[in-house]
Amino acid sequence: MTSSLDDMYREVILDHYRSPRGRKPLDKANILSDGINPSCGDEITLSAQVNGDIVEDIHVDCKGCAISVASGSMLAEAVKGRSLDEVRQIAQAVRKILKGEEDAKLPEELEDIESLRGVRQFPVRVKCALLAWVTLLEGLDKLEKSQTDNSDTISTEEKD
Amino acid sequence: MSSKTKNNIVSTIEPPVELDVAAIRADFPILDQKINGHTLVYLDSAASSQKPREVINALLEHYRHNHSNIHRGLHTLAERSTEGYEKTRSHVAQFIGGVPTEEVIFTSGATESLNLLAYAWGDLNVHEGDEIVITEMEHHANIVPWFQLAQRRKAILKTIPITVCGHLDLSNLDTIITPRTKIVALCHMSNVLGTINPVAEIAEAAHKKGAIVVVDAAQSAPHTTIDVRALGADFVAFSSHKMLGPTGVGVLWGRSELLEEMPPFNTGGEMIREVRFDKITWNELPHKFEAGTPNIAGVIAFDAALSYLDKLGMYNIHHHEMEITRYAFERLSELDGLEIQGPQVVEDRGGTISFTDPVIHPHDISTFLDSHGIAIRAGHHCAQPLMRVMGKVATARASCYVYNDKSEIDALVDCLKDMRKYFGV
Repeated sequence: MTSSLDDMYREVILDHYRSPRGRKPLDKANILSDGINPSCGDEITLSAQVNGDIVEDIHVDCKGCAISVASGSMLAEAVKGRSLDEVRQIAQAVRKILKGEEDAKLPEELEDIESLRGVRQFPVRVKCALLAWVTLLEGLDKLEKSQTDNSDTISTEEKD
Repeated sequence: MSSKTKNNIVSTIEPPVELDVAAIRADFPILDQKINGHTLVYLDSAASSQKPREVINALLEHYRHNHSNIHRGLHTLAERSTEGYEKTRSHVAQFIGGVPTEEVIFTSGATESLNLLAYAWGDLNVHEGDEIVITEMEHHANIVPWFQLAQRRKAILKTIPITVCGHLDLSNLDTIITPRTKIVALCHMSNVLGTINPVAEIAEAAHKKGAIVVVDAAQSAPHTTIDVRALGADFVAFSSHKMLGPTGVGVLWGRSELLEEMPPFNTGGEMIREVRFDKITWNELPHKFEAGTPNIAGVIAFDAALSYLDKLGMYNIHHHEMEITRYAFERLSELDGLEIQGPQVVEDRGGTISFTDPVIHPHDISTFLDSHGIAIRAGHHCAQPLMRVMGKVATARASCYVYNDKSEIDALVDCLKDMRKYFGV
């Protein structure tokens, strides 16, 4: 196996891919956000139940490649039980990591997510790893603005 | 001596001559390299083919010794360039079945050829309420220009559906192609399914209703003998870069009586006869459609690509690819659950094999294969409507050409087996 392949598909990523977290649908949700990368066909539906300031539960339904599925699974694991501010900071940090900003930091306990750094070596796959996080950020924005219109579809693909 | 099969592929009665793949590979310098530590296995020729030394040398030769602008200069280099450029035109005319040279128009590629048609023929002839018929298996290049034309002219875009086996469903052709149909545009061979379409049969139905027939031959011209008249086509588009030639060169062939009545598409230099501020007259065919300085070097080197194909023989090439495809079907069947899209009968298709794994996403397949030096394409292949019909978001696609052999299919299949172990799903 070449090293760069293993850099992207690290064991922790493959573990999330094989048994993704956050796959249990929620009875009710006050964040609902969809994302799609049309050229890969990665699709994600993210719903979360926020109580007060805390993300109590999250459901991530991701159909796509190993990277997008693993990234969504890590997201589900990372945000549950955290405050909205923390969640936003984490999502922004992940976005920075994937865009190559070396100094972006994550809370220590989220070392799984650090493994996504390896995706940087495969530029065309960065958008796969980004999709869940950008969809989450969009969901947070919507909640903040108390928007109910979910018709906007998120994408991390570059516009033509 | 030749006879036509139902798919309009001219088959000679003589048995095919087997290609000497080892010798051919030696002509393609790019193939002699390691990718990620492995010998390159190039199975992405449906996206773009590699180039033999003859083509690369023709480009070099042109720029080193012969380059000038064409058709205008009165010096030696201008004559050489013009002669080389026009020689390719004659070669193309002969390559597609012996048509008049002035019916061959050089474009930047099949995409531009189809856009030219949609504007120049379409805007002139398609009116409100008219119909444009395409098929569900078209590449975006043969969808979007017609969609836009339909929008401009308030016309109706209709599609010929496909069957579950990946053939065109012609059972309702009579109701799809009607007296209001002005254009029937279809691919000769699908870039996803590999299906070879019965163009002549559809062309006959279209002509009965008074429609013209536009054939996207981007996927077939590199692999089979093309006789545009036998296809029953009015216009045919294809690209040089998929058939051993340079990028940025395409062909639009059209019947001269249709080309004559069309206004120009691009305007500027070269395409005029006389320009005054109150009146402009167009140049004669084919120059009317070749405004500006074309891809001179590319067109000249395309001649070398056609010569290379001539030398191998299109019939032999087609036979070679059928053999590889047959072998690929056999070997890919070793992978449980792997689904090959499109016709399962090798005789009905070309050497473009789209497949899906029940679990592993095509992009993961492609990344894994690439790490082992194997180049395939993954994605929607610029055929999103077809993907929707197939119920897939994407497929992996391996496509073969003259330089591929069975050992590369072995490499592919072995690597796919390793991939399943690696992902452990």
